[in-house]
Amino acid sequence: MNWFYFSSPSTFYGLAGRLAPPSFILAAVLAAAGLYLGLGVAPTDAQQGAVYRVIFIHVPTAWMSMFLYFVMACYCALTLVFNTRLSAMMARAIAPTGAMFTFVALWTGAFWGRPTWGTYWVWDARLTSELVLLFLYFGYMALANAFEDPRRGDRASALLAIIGVVNLPIIYFSVQWWNTLHQGSSVSFKGTSMHVTMLAGMLVMSFSAWMYAIGATLVRVRAVILERERRAQWVRDLGAA
Amino acid sequence: MTIWWKSWADFWAMGGHAYFVWMSYGALLAAIVVETILLRARRRRALDAIEEERDLEAEN
Amino acid sequence: MSRDLQLAWRHPDEAVLTVAFFALVASLFPLGIGAEPQLLARIGPGVIWVGALLAAFLALPGLFAADYADGSLEQMTLSPHPALGWASGKIAAHWIVSGLPLTVLSPLIGLQYGLTPDTLAVEAASLLVGTPVLSLLGGACAALALGARGGGMLLALLALPLFVPILIFGAGAAEAQATGLSPAPHLSLLGAGLIASAVGLPWAVGAAVRIAVD
Repeated sequence: MNWFYFSSPSTFYGLAGRLAPPSFILAAVLAAAGLYLGLGVAPTDAQQGAVYRVIFIHVPTAWMSMFLYFVMACYCALTLVFNTRLSAMMARAIAPTGAMFTFVALWTGAFWGRPTWGTYWVWDARLTSELVLLFLYFGYMALANAFEDPRRGDRASALLAIIGVVNLPIIYFSVQWWNTLHQGSSVSFKGTSMHVTMLAGMLVMSFSAWMYAIGATLVRVRAVILERERRAQWVRDLGAA
Repeated sequence: MTIWWKSWADFWAMGGHAYFVWMSYGALLAAIVVETILLRARRRRALDAIEEERDLEAEN
Repeated sequence: MSRDLQLAWRHPDEAVLTVAFFALVASLFPLGIGAEPQLLARIGPGVIWVGALLAAFLALPGLFAADYADGSLEQMTLSPHPALGWASGKIAAHWIVSGLPLTVLSPLIGLQYGLTPDTLAVEAASLLVGTPVLSLLGGACAALALGARGGGMLLALLALPLFVPILIFGAGAAEAQATGLSPAPHLSLLGAGLIASAVGLPWAVGAAVRIAVD
């Protein structure tokens, strides 16, 4: 397989169009299974009561918020090193979905925190660094669109995204480095403190969020390609046909 | 794999935490709906811009 | 490299302005939220750090703007001097007009807030280690935002979130000292941040300037 075949926007446009629908279908199927497990089958937590069920969307969205930033930063590194156009378009396409997941992670955390900690918001390390992540996404998007020349926006925002990567380990390790209100991870490689259906529900929901993120990114990158390549001949032929 | 809840009413009540649970799930649903609308609008705008470009070309 | 530093030394007016701004911001808080000594001692370290952060931020737009407008920035990227050199010079010049005067002045402001001598010393130490990181991060953001739409607001959106960890550790050091804990963990994290940024960010500033003049 020629790896560079799909790195041209015109060929990737078609590929993205073929891959997006199956991603959304997979996301929907996984979400249905995950919600059935999480909201239906999993037992209610003895200490927290039913409110712990927020975990089935809180943890997947929080994971995705960090993972998407990492993937975005990787595309940004490709942009700076190889000056490829498609990688910059992919990074631009990921950012809004990443910001969406970050927002939902903060929001669901607040509504989980209110009954369990007695407050919607605390300025602890985990919450603050996740809020910083949201602003990094906003800053990235603002800088990417702040220039007349989109190529310059690509490169400037790519560098910003790479500087912002330092925030990821801060978020991830914040619950270990500081004594915070936010609980530590319930899942680890040594084993887990959770009921097996809870764990299954959370993992299935995470895969669903992942598939949704892929689908949304692919749809958005198609729009970005059309915006950027609108003067190219292949785009004109596209509409005329 | 039995359902934990005794009835639908029991399920919607979420053991008294209905407000917090459904505000969370509702926010995710709202976020996905908003993103879908924005994605469609963006694609529409891009296609319109191409159409405009082509019309300009045809005039010249 | 030396040109920016010489300019900063020869024209101390910018440093004087920064100091005046810092003193004014610090005096607004007692006027706004009340002057009970216990309250002031409690909020003092944080207020000084927020003041330092704002002062560092306000000095950013001017860091590259004039050189960008008259084309001398482009000359610098074309010159045989390595990018690391002139980028470090720019950042050092920013620190001399923002971070350094604030570090020197901070004990005076701290006294007005009724901080103990130990806390004053830790506060000054945290500023000495932390404000260069602000100059490094801010310098990179200022270079990235050159020629962008949105001006100061965009720069705030880029720089302030990156400043947040420095604010937390910086104010946390003096806070720990004031409440009888050891400030060492906060200071060593700040120090680690300074080393990491001093290694990576001058390069990033050089790269950002090159993106801007390309």
